[in-house]
Amino acid sequence: MSTLAIDKAGPSRKVKLRSMSRDRTWALRWSYFFLVLFAIFFLTPPVYMLITSLKSSAEISAATNPWWVFHPTLSNYVELLTSNQFLGFFWNSSMISIIVVIVTMLISIPAAFALARMKFWGSATLATGVFLTYLIPDSLLFIPLFKMLAVVQEFTGITLLNRWYVLVFIYPTLTVPFCTWIMIGYFASIPKELDEAALIDGASWLQTLTRIFIPVALPGLIAATIFAFTVSWAQFLYPLVFTTSVDQLVLPVGITTTLIKGDVFNWGQIMTGALLGAAPPLIIYAFLMDYYIAGLTAGATKG
Amino acid sequence: MADVVVEQGRLARIATPRKRGTSLRNVLGRKSTVAFFLTLPLILLIVLLVLYPAFYSLYLATLNKAMTKFVGLGNFTFLFKRETFWMVVKQSCIFAVTAVIFKALIGFIVAHFVHNIPGKKQRKWRGMLLVPWVIPPAMSTLAWLWLFDPSYSAFNYTLSFFGVGPIPWLGDTFWARFSVILVNVWYGAPFFLIMYLAALKSVPDQLYEAASIDGANWWQKIWHITLPMMRNIIAITTLFSLIVTFANFDIVRILTSGGPLDTTHLFATWAFQVGIQSSDIPLGACVSLFMVPILAVAAIFILRDVNKRGNEA
Repeated sequence: MSTLAIDKAGPSRKVKLRSMSRDRTWALRWSYFFLVLFAIFFLTPPVYMLITSLKSSAEISAATNPWWVFHPTLSNYVELLTSNQFLGFFWNSSMISIIVVIVTMLISIPAAFALARMKFWGSATLATGVFLTYLIPDSLLFIPLFKMLAVVQEFTGITLLNRWYVLVFIYPTLTVPFCTWIMIGYFASIPKELDEAALIDGASWLQTLTRIFIPVALPGLIAATIFAFTVSWAQFLYPLVFTTSVDQLVLPVGITTTLIKGDVFNWGQIMTGALLGAAPPLIIYAFLMDYYIAGLTAGATKG
Repeated sequence: MADVVVEQGRLARIATPRKRGTSLRNVLGRKSTVAFFLTLPLILLIVLLVLYPAFYSLYLATLNKAMTKFVGLGNFTFLFKRETFWMVVKQSCIFAVTAVIFKALIGFIVAHFVHNIPGKKQRKWRGMLLVPWVIPPAMSTLAWLWLFDPSYSAFNYTLSFFGVGPIPWLGDTFWARFSVILVNVWYGAPFFLIMYLAALKSVPDQLYEAASIDGANWWQKIWHITLPMMRNIIAITTLFSLIVTFANFDIVRILTSGGPLDTTHLFATWAFQVGIQSSDIPLGACVSLFMVPILAVAAIFILRDVNKRGNEA
């Protein structure tokens, strides 16, 4: 290692270094060139959403260049943000996502703590089971869950179908396994000496969790929170199946079912709605990107 | 080691008379009891809302349409006789395999370019390129639907300048399949990008330096250093994405609803159409169950990989 560094600084290697740096400049130029191309590919739909949302219906149906706004207007935004229906979708989505995040944290933090630190009978199996649960997709479970809700409703008289709050019980199946999985990874990376010292000092398991693990693993917690929020905010299949009345819908389902009236596509409003629906995750991501990425990669790269 | 220390801690606590409690409290304070209560909500959630429905769907699949009579494998044999079913099988496989290959390729290439960008600028590029993954797919697919619009399609407008005639993006079987795959690649490639980028960062620079001193070219460096070092991540990301892509619902549902003539249906969208829209729940359950074998195979491979990793740690 050190000899290599000395070698590099040696005068005899200067020529080689210069050619390497020239290679690097070219590599950099090519990288930028292709990155711009890919960025255009990746950003076209969101940019096009924004462009369309600023157009009036007259301009949308006119045969002008679709990539440019000639008469920008905010009327689509005003219309949606003053419509009770749309605000209702937004409210439902927010309520569900916030409650799901809280429920997810309440379930997955203690479980991850137990699985990461307290080796008990079946703990390894359970950890693997949690990971496998994450691999079971929503599109496999929506039919039996729909039937289960109907059966429960039949026998207990509690209305579950077509109520937004039922989603609060269902979404954790999507968020808890992954959040537990990344929390296990984060908790496992905390040095054992910390909690051993706490236990020797007479702290209970719960105190160890709240006083040591939660503060130290805060970045992992934030990552899990963001993940749980984005998943619940974006979920489409379950609300499409379980809710039907307009006042119970969440944003993605609301926009796709109510803004499209028959064959008439009011594209200006649909794009505005889609953009407003995409805004909360985008804003969170803009500020907390590093946590989000850490959360994404933690599941696969950490053991 | 840890257990010994912990055990000592517990003994020390019990030994001090001030902290000695009733036997009930002793049981409650025992490690296994605490662990059980901490994991109980998780276990309940998995058993009640994942495992039970999974087996319940197996039971549902054996009932007749009105769900009054047991018909055994009747639903399955009925499906085998339907042409649409085989189309769905074919389309699901085409869709998942093609989309995953392109996602992996694009992710790999873009990750390399981003990795080349120095320091602070890298963060901006990474942020920009990850946007498709952050937008809820139902929302971004609406934007694609509008881009593909038959009469006002922004794509056809742009293509007309190059003399390429209007393309029936969602109206023709080939183009509809192309479109759903394109949207899926657009949505999923950033996930590969971010995984591969994390993997690239973990490859030590010295390896590349040593290789260039030995006169290795760009291709040799990728083939002999990058790929072997990233093999695990590539395998696990690809398998994971295969599961998610195979079970995809949002994109196809919004873009084509399975059309034209059911040629873009996947298992999930067809199960929705049969089970919920036509309210033949048993048949719908039956359709979605066909995803299980493929998911199981992928899961076994992923699990092998995960366990291997766990043993190394």
